Order: sequence, then structure tokens, then C-alpha cells
Amino acid sequence: MWTFHKWFEKHSLILLIGILVVVSIGGLVQITPLFFIESTIERVEGVRPYTPLELAGRQIYIREGCYTCHSQMVRPLRDEVERYGHYSLAAESMYDHPFQWGSKRTGPDLARVGGRYSDEWHRAHLEDPRSVVPESVMPPYAFLARRDLDVSDMQDHLRANRMLRVPYNDAQFDNAITDARAQAEPLGANAYDFEQRYPGAAIRDFDGEPTRLTEMDAIIAYLQMLGSGVDFSTYQAEAPENLR
Amino acid sequence: MADKIERDDHSGTETTGHEWDGIKELDTPLPRWWLYIFYATIVIAVIYWVLMPTWPMLNSYTRGLLNHSDRANVAAEMSQLSAARGPMFQRLASATPGQLVSDPELQQFARAAGESVFGDYCATCHGAGGAGAPGFPVLADDVWIWGGSITEIEHTLRVGVRSDHPDARFSQMPAFGRDHLLTPAQINDVTEYVISISAAHARLEPDMNAARRGAIVYHQQCASCHGADGAGDRNQGAPSLQDDLWLYGGSRAEIHRQVELGRGGVMPAWEARFDPAILRALAFYVHEMGGGEPEPAPQEPTDAAALAPPQSSADAGRAMR
Repeated sequence: MWTFHKWFEKHSLILLIGILVVVSIGGLVQITPLFFIESTIERVEGVRPYTPLELAGRQIYIREGCYTCHSQMVRPLRDEVERYGHYSLAAESMYDHPFQWGSKRTGPDLARVGGRYSDEWHRAHLEDPRSVVPESVMPPYAFLARRDLDVSDMQDHLRANRMLRVPYNDAQFDNAITDARAQAEPLGANAYDFEQRYPGAAIRDFDGEPTRLTEMDAIIAYLQMLGSGVDFSTYQAEAPENLR
Repeated sequence: MADKIERDDHSGTETTGHEWDGIKELDTPLPRWWLYIFYATIVIAVIYWVLMPTWPMLNSYTRGLLNHSDRANVAAEMSQLSAARGPMFQRLASATPGQLVSDPELQQFARAAGESVFGDYCATCHGAGGAGAPGFPVLADDVWIWGGSITEIEHTLRVGVRSDHPDARFSQMPAFGRDHLLTPAQINDVTEYVISISAAHARLEPDMNAARRGAIVYHQQCASCHGADGAGDRNQGAPSLQDDLWLYGGSRAEIHRQVELGRGGVMPAWEARFDPAILRALAFYVHEMGGGEPEPAPQEPTDAAALAPPQSSADAGRAMR
């Protein structure tokens, strides 16, 4: 056996291939079955793909590194469920590429922040966090309200998500740029069509500045829909197939 | 690896057979204590496989002898919790406001529950202790936009203000400036008039000529909601203009800006998020913050008559800024 091992030790390329084979066994055994085990592929009602404006807000969330301080994952623990609401379900992040579960909480968890505060609060808080939460250590993001949202590449974002199997239909894909604007214009000409394409999505002027579509509109639209998809008054959390 | 085993004479330990410029490497065995701990972890891993959910199979996974489930655990803990809280929750949810204020035990429970939920959910906007912030009403004073009895506060909590709840409390002041409903000169005049009828008139010294002109505009545009005398109307959610407490700031420029923009904040509806007892506890806690009003007599709508005298509101107004 040692002679055989000596062969590996003396040939670096063979050693490299050997290492890859051994390491991938661990990955294959742990990860591959998760795609097939039925109990890990849970389907729940109410989770929908992001609207273009929410998707843009999500890109801003990632760009500004919000995930370095905020998690989006309520764990099944009593204190977390008491504070944040129902624990997160895997299906709730099924359209997240990449997911924003995070691994560190300097600020609170945001998985269920949608609807918890008003748009105006989010505006005040993003512009100057300490104006509403005196003990906050979050940096201000006032510039988001001054920057116009760049929607020119919205269709590319949807295309990338479609490649990852997010079920945007052709109408949603073709109207990506129009829809990004329409969601922030409740009285606009495209509001009705937008509502048909994304039933249940909020249509509001999120940043309190009706004449412009800013990055503030996008990030608030995103924050206000987080965790609001699943109706937990009908979800059977304690049904045997959902307990694991 | 060494082809043949070589023993070092000095230490009596085997060498690895590697040699660099005459220096050979000893192959000292691992310490026994380390090895035993290593073997023990392997044994523990095997025990863990047997007891806990571990191995993936084709369509499921091994559940383990303990049948452990995080979700079942948290469900059990939550039901224990609601069982422990149940009796008091039930008493709280079924108590009338009158019973609540005469039952010290229930009050203590409501105060503790209300304080905890308020700190987590409400203080982010309304401030610690209900101190408020510009655009977010002070709860610790005795001036109420929608009513300050426990019943009214609880209703506001349940349906929210301008929220997505179908029965939300709703009022909308027109943006007289932004939407060009009034000319800039008219807005100046009506601002002076509003200052002149409010308790801020001593502080801000309105221009009485402008105020006289503004009075005409006020009675055409504003009186239907805020009342002919500026007392406000809680049924419509129109705040009183007689006191010196201003939701969006009490300087002349800030009052002027509110006439221009007609801003109105959104309070989320909490009915879906909280147990009825928690809503009752919150209403009691907010009611106790400083300005709670007694329950209105039956068939008598809460009205402007219950409003506070201007002096005490002025104090609270300073606290808000």
C-alpha cells in the first residue's frame, strides 16, 4: 500500500486528481441527494418571482453589502420565531439567486421585514438610521434617494434569472423595463398591465418622490415584499410532511 | 515513504525515510491521548448517525432513532408557551376596557406584554416611550388623531392607518402646493391663519393681515375636515390645529410645507401579526403612556370636546422636537 501511495506522492498531477476525487465524494454524497429527496423540495403557495423593480432593489441590497450585517433567515428557534415571526421555509428563497440567508447579524434579521414598517419609515431610516433608531450603528444610505434607478439592463437581469429557471413568462420578460417603472406609478398608464402580470405585487410610489424612479424606490419595494409571500394562516406548519 | 524501515539510534524512533542534505525526519508517533480522542470522535459520529437524521437516501433520508425535528421542537415550545400564557391571554382578550382598568393583576400582565411588543415593533417609528419623531405621532401625549380610548387605540392597531387592510383608517390631505390647488400666495396666507388660530401664535407671531386673507381660503378648503374653529375631526382623522403640536414640525416653514405637500404617514395593520390579547395589551400600554382617554359613553362618538387644553400640548410638542 505504501508503494502505491508513493506513486501519488511523487507525481503532483496524479496527487491533484486524487485530491479532487476524494473531495468531490463528500460534496456528491451531501449535496446531490438534496435535489431528489422529496421532503427537502417543499412547495408552498404564494411565493412568486420578483418584479423587475424588486429585483433591482435586490441587486442594490447585494451591491451595498446589506447581507454582511443582515441575515434573511428566521431559524426554527423559539426566541427567533417570537421576535421575527414564522421561521423561514426553503421555498421562500427558491427564486433567490444567490440567496441572502447571511451568516451574521449586526442588524436584525430581515426575512420578515416586509409590511412591518411604512415606506416613509424606510425612507427616513435609510437616509439617516439614527433619526428613527437612536442606538443604530447602520451607515446612512441617503444617496439612494438621489440616484436615478438604471433600468436599461432590466431585461438582462430577467434573462439571467430565466436561465436559472425562475419562471418569468414572455410577457413579463418583454415588458421588464416598462414594469420596473410601472410599479412605482400607481396612476401611470401601465399600472393595470403591471398588475395583470404580477398579481398581488404592491404598486406605490415607494420613495415619496413621484416624479422620479430612484434606487430608493427599488430598495423599499424589495424590503416591503420580503417574507410576505406565504400566507401562514393557511400554511400547515405542523402537518407531518412539513415537520423535519 | 521509506522502502525499508530505519530506526534512529539516538531517540529509538523510526524515521520517515525522507532525507534533505543529510538531515532525516523522525516519524514520532502521535500522542496516545490525541489518538484516543480521535477514535472517540469516530465512535461518536457513528452513534450520531444512528440517533439523528443523517444519511440521504434516494427519496428520503434516515430519520434516526430519536426522530429529531427542529420544526417539531419549535412547534412544541410555542404551544407550551401559549399554554402557559393562555389563561391570562384569554382573560385579557375577553376583558372589557372597564374590567381592564379595575383589575391590577391583568393590568400588570398587559403592561409587561405591551412593553415587550412595543419595544420590538412600535418603538422603531414611535420612539422609545412613545416619544414620536417628525411624521410619526407622539403617543405619550394627550393629543390623538384617531381617538385615545383603549377601544379606539386597539382599533387603530388592528386596521392600521392608510395600510393595506380593507378597513384601514384613512384620511388624505390634498397637496395644495404640489398639485397647484392653491397659489403660493394663498398658501402663505393660510399658513399665517393656521398659526393664528393655534397655540403657536404667541411663539410665531402671525402676520394678521395675511391671516385675515387666509381665513377665507381656510373656510373654503380646510374647514370641512379640520373644522371651522380648527378643532379637528377624529372621525375623518383630521388633527386639531388649535394646539401647538405638529406632526411634521411646528416651525413656520414646516407648517407651510405640510400645506404644500399634505403628507400622511402609513401605519401597518397588526391584526394578522398579533394575537388579539397582544393587541389589547399594546392598546393598554399605549393608553397608559400619558394621554389615554376614558372610554366614550355609549352612543356618543369621540369628538373634539375631549381634546386637551393647549398648554399641556405645547409641552408635549417640545418633547416631540
